[in-house]
Amino acid sequence: MNPQPASPYFIEERHDLEETHTLALVVDNEPGVLARVIGLFSGRGYNIESLTVSETSHARHISRITIVTTGVRAVIEQIKHQLERMVPVHSVNDLTLDGRALERELALVKVAGTGEKRVEALRLADAFRASVIDANVDYFVFELTGRTSKIEQFIAIMGPLGLVEVCRTGIAALSRGAAGMIE
Amino acid sequence: MEKRMTGAQMVLQALEDHGVEVVFGYPGGAVLPIYDALFEDQDRVKHILVRHEQGAGHAAEGYARSTGKPGVVVVTSGPGATNMVTPLTDALMDSIPMVCITGQVATHLIGSDAFQECDTVGITRPSTKHNWLVKSIEELPRILHEAFYVATHGRPGPVVVDIPKNIQFATGIYVGPKNIEHKTYHPRVKGDSERIRAAVALLAGAKRPVFYTGGGVINSGPEATRLLRELAKLTGFPVTSTLMGLGAFPASDPQWLGMLGMHGTFEANNAMHDCDVMVAVGARFDDRITGRLDAFSPGSKKIHIDIDPSSINKNVRVDIPIIGDVANVLADMLTVWRAEKPAIDKAALKAWWQQIDAWRGRKSLAYRRRADEIMPQYAVERLFAATRGHDTYITTEVGQHQMWAAQFFHFDEPNRWVTSGGLGTMGFGLPAAVGIQAAHPDSLVIDIAGDASVLMTMQELSTAVQHDLPVKIFILNNQYMGMVRQWQQLLHGNRLSHSYMESLPDFVKLAEAYGCVGFRAEKPDELDDAIAEMISVKRPVLFDCRVAMLANCFPMIPSGKAHNEMLLGEDIPDEEIATAIDDAGKLLV
Repeated sequence: MNPQPASPYFIEERHDLEETHTLALVVDNEPGVLARVIGLFSGRGYNIESLTVSETSHARHISRITIVTTGVRAVIEQIKHQLERMVPVHSVNDLTLDGRALERELALVKVAGTGEKRVEALRLADAFRASVIDANVDYFVFELTGRTSKIEQFIAIMGPLGLVEVCRTGIAALSRGAAGMIE
Repeated sequence: MEKRMTGAQMVLQALEDHGVEVVFGYPGGAVLPIYDALFEDQDRVKHILVRHEQGAGHAAEGYARSTGKPGVVVVTSGPGATNMVTPLTDALMDSIPMVCITGQVATHLIGSDAFQECDTVGITRPSTKHNWLVKSIEELPRILHEAFYVATHGRPGPVVVDIPKNIQFATGIYVGPKNIEHKTYHPRVKGDSERIRAAVALLAGAKRPVFYTGGGVINSGPEATRLLRELAKLTGFPVTSTLMGLGAFPASDPQWLGMLGMHGTFEANNAMHDCDVMVAVGARFDDRITGRLDAFSPGSKKIHIDIDPSSINKNVRVDIPIIGDVANVLADMLTVWRAEKPAIDKAALKAWWQQIDAWRGRKSLAYRRRADEIMPQYAVERLFAATRGHDTYITTEVGQHQMWAAQFFHFDEPNRWVTSGGLGTMGFGLPAAVGIQAAHPDSLVIDIAGDASVLMTMQELSTAVQHDLPVKIFILNNQYMGMVRQWQQLLHGNRLSHSYMESLPDFVKLAEAYGCVGFRAEKPDELDDAIAEMISVKRPVLFDCRVAMLANCFPMIPSGKAHNEMLLGEDIPDEEIATAIDDAGKLLV
């Protein structure tokens, strides 16, 4: 039996499977709103796998936050309720509920090198449909968009070919189907 | 109304527009303009000057908990704000409406590590329901009105409005609170009618039902209390309550089982364990209530009424969750019950009451009186007896005395019992009593205190003297942090590490030093006269009630145990105390 963690609460042994959910939040773009959301996750011990935020309606000062989180089903439910009751939150939408959400990530990948490795990097970038957005005789910067698995694969392949640095946006997501999400 | 005025005047105007009669506060550099506005028009709102900002916060909580109205605090930037963190968190845990106005350094100084600057909204973000940093005079009136709206709607809670000093000086147009609608925050108050129907059907078929009621009934207001009593009478079902819910159902009623939970009665906890239908009303399945979760009320169907969706299924999975305001949902349940006139299983209910009576027969609150020493339970019993016929409010600090007060002082009305439940803040009771007395100047306000707790906010006696608030501080003095010691006995082989209070002050002399009246009782036969004298004095009183030093608080559900595994009574052998909590339980608090 696992030793119980030192917690003030009685933690039931849970054998449920961890699930990954993509949550889209519509929030008032007021100062501190992101800190509130992140503080909730750290304060209550929830996971953030990915976080993306940007204003989506300048006129109405509304931002959209996309969070990918993992947890057992009860924890996911609790996360949604905790988010919903925050004062500046308009709505919380679980994009994972109706099948897999459409998820894309953008990565900028800098690869330096010459000779064979340089040629191979360019060839593979082409295969992944990454575009070159900056280059010189000794490096490339690739722009790549796709699902997280594709980005990770690309980065792994670039490793031995002179990978210098990577910047990823985190996941942007929309639900499938004609309907938009509730604001 | 629209009128030109300064930011400081807007604060006072907003207080007036929201019906605020009393504010608790402490001046300082960053709130001087607000204090100047207070000086200008002293009849507008009564200001109680405290001795420490924490005292202002707990006093505002006492005010709010005893009136149902939001408590209001004004403090300065930096240390003024950080000293408010404890009362804000306390109010958040117990869902108490509070509006805290903090001063902040001028906007152009924010971020420069200015004198008495701190990131108030950052620090108080997890301690409040919501908070605002006001960045322009134009948004100040809206934010002030939103602050009152958010504090008092939905599940109540504390809010902070942080106002930089230059905005207090700036002039702008004040707009009144009429027609201010919040953009996003619209909590649901009406329960789902299908679920209410399902809940009534489940209740009607119950053979071993129990109402488990919490602070949400009190927070919902007097109507919720009335409806709970009506539903209990209509069904004839037993009622138990959490520490926070005491008074919503009359303790003198035969359907009352006493408090439940870690130090609840044998009958209440066993009824929870063995029931087949549980109705949780405005309660949140806190760990002090449930005991071991996987053994919590294993055979019951659970109905949960709560205004906060995040309380549902947080600790315990329920069968019928109903999101809504307690009063609203209870009213709908009563309407459905009356319309359908369900047939209750009277035979089953009679058997259930017989079982409950058998549990009551164990007399789990019994203790052995002594001729030479005052037992703490006895002191509370005598205090209760002496206050009959008075308009009484009780506060407590946190520890053994708090549990004895909950067990032996009985409440028939809501808002009369004011205690720090969720956060468990030692030092809460004295300033809370000050706040209650400010709201109810002619009532008898007693803080049942412990000798350790009371020293944490003792300075507020000076506040009581200055403002003629005749609070009675009744200290059950056993010269220990009694609850810490009790846990050291249970968990750590009676190794009493730093739980003995050496060098306590002479409380009678201390009372005199503050300009209060001091009393001391050391023997049981002195007690009644001293209490009577305390009540008759119309000044603040510090009462040093010397009680049995090693008395422990029973009954008790040890950590990690279930409701039906209670430790009963004082006569438990030491070995049983030492082994009551197993290794897994020792990790829990």
